[in-house]
Amino acid sequence: MKQVFKRPESMTAKPFHFCPGCHHGIVHRLVAEALDHFSLREKTIGVASVGCSVFLYDYFAVDVIEAPHGRAAAVATGTKRVLNDKIVFTYQGDGDLAAIGTAEVIHAANRGDNITIIFVNNSIYGMTGGQMAPTTLLGQRTTTSPYGRDCNRDGYPIKMTEMLAALEGPSLVSRVAVNTPGNVKKARKVIRQAFQMQVEGKGFSFVEVLSTCPTNWGMTPQAANDRIAEEMIPYFPLGTLKQKDVIDVL
Amino acid sequence: MTTPKKVFTKGNEAIAMAAINAGCRYYFGYPITPQNEIPEYMAEHLPATGGEFLQAESEIASINMLIGAAATGVRAMTSSSGPGISLMQEGFSYFAGNELPAVVVNMSRQGPGLGGINATQGDYFQSVKGGGHGDYKLIVLAPHTGQELYDLTIKAFEIAEKYRILTLILGDAILGQIKEPIVPWIPEKTAGDPDRDWLITGAEGREPRLIKSLFLADGEMEKHNWHLQEKYDRIERDDVMLEEVDTDDAELIVVAFGSVARIVKSAIAQVRKAGMKVGLVRPITLFPFPRKRLREIGGRTKKFLVAEMNTGQMVEDVQLNLPGDCEVEFYGRPGGSVPTPEDLFEIISATYEKL
Repeated sequence: MKQVFKRPESMTAKPFHFCPGCHHGIVHRLVAEALDHFSLREKTIGVASVGCSVFLYDYFAVDVIEAPHGRAAAVATGTKRVLNDKIVFTYQGDGDLAAIGTAEVIHAANRGDNITIIFVNNSIYGMTGGQMAPTTLLGQRTTTSPYGRDCNRDGYPIKMTEMLAALEGPSLVSRVAVNTPGNVKKARKVIRQAFQMQVEGKGFSFVEVLSTCPTNWGMTPQAANDRIAEEMIPYFPLGTLKQKDVIDVL
Repeated sequence: MTTPKKVFTKGNEAIAMAAINAGCRYYFGYPITPQNEIPEYMAEHLPATGGEFLQAESEIASINMLIGAAATGVRAMTSSSGPGISLMQEGFSYFAGNELPAVVVNMSRQGPGLGGINATQGDYFQSVKGGGHGDYKLIVLAPHTGQELYDLTIKAFEIAEKYRILTLILGDAILGQIKEPIVPWIPEKTAGDPDRDWLITGAEGREPRLIKSLFLADGEMEKHNWHLQEKYDRIERDDVMLEEVDTDDAELIVVAFGSVARIVKSAIAQVRKAGMKVGLVRPITLFPFPRKRLREIGGRTKKFLVAEMNTGQMVEDVQLNLPGDCEVEFYGRPGGSVPTPEDLFEIISATYEKL
């Protein structure tokens, strides 16, 4: 009998620790599938960030360096400059990448460093217990915006994908979601393209994935999924904003 | 081996030259005075070695790029000065937790704040007491001549690899900017062992590896800290470096490091001519601090003078490690006023007269 579904080789057998309804597990799997697709597991180095995603070293069967908070892009740059025949990716949340690590990601993108960044945007600080993130939507209540995010005090949710797409360096800048089977399929394709860019030496590739955080949003998994469609996608529209030419091998 | 041939060069360039000759192939840095000749030399010369120079967007990025490079096992470095070194403290702590080897140069400048660019030793505490968070140490080397900048840079790469530790070279504008003759040389070993079992190279045909400093499980963090401490103890046991001048018969010992020690040497030569029995202890490693040797010397000589270009930092380590019956005086010049040999002659003579 033909096996039609299995764990990607780039993943370990360790069960995810993520909360029910969290999208990290789906995103992890899509990244692992992309690595498998190009047979990259044995030549890939993952850079873990700080937040719920730090434990990616438990789930990916690749070499991993754990970066300080926000510094994953700089660490990845250092590794890739030495091992330019290997595949280097970071996996960062919105607090890590869009607040404390803004400078590092912008300059890695601007240099066109040939790395891949998976940016998981769930509009909140997950691991520390639900504080306001730079991507928290206006009016969204968090433990540090208990009356709702106010643009006069806190500014507006930051659009990293749009910002990075304005730079010359990146080969691919895209925003996807994994809240529906259709969106998962689109996200799978874009994440593969991102790694393909790196394989082909085209430079910095960046995929923002809109993600849930049911626990800190105070929602059921279903309600959290619905919020992606109803509140997040309207503000953070899906789509590829920048893409260098690539041969379609998918 | 190259034929010993003198070159006339700035201290900063001596460091850069030594680093390349020691096999350093990657440099990440950000401009700041008074160390700019290091990145400039690297930018010019590293490409020809097959390595790479990269100007980072900040010292925070520099030190983190260095983490990423060091994890692969190559010899790599960064350099900066006070304000930039402050920004790197986060990374220093991660280097310690991750147990990665690399070399950092601090051509220090006055502080606090933006301070000034002249010579100072105000970064002693930051260097040896841990400017970053957590229980950790760096190896701190304090050269006092151009030749020693060169020699200790080579030593820094070797010792960093030996212990999987960050090694800091602490200098100042006097050392970085003065041009003097040095004899370059090439060490036998110019790269770390490629078979080290922790190198991040991609998990080809082996189990995946992990470089991390997060330890959440009960007891793991304490275990890791005791492991690090055991390493620091070994460093203190095996790798202390100091220079002694005329300590055998000395009735007064001056303790000084770096550029001040060099000026003290001139002063002591004059003081000796005047018939005063004065010696010098010059810690070359600030961590590990030569505390055992100081204790021994303090068993015989009872009077000490610590001279520093700050308001009194290393003097605390001297006091802490001498026998209780020793007297320790302090002479400090913070803020870029460099003492002359005559100044030091006066202060040493006056301290000696009080014996």
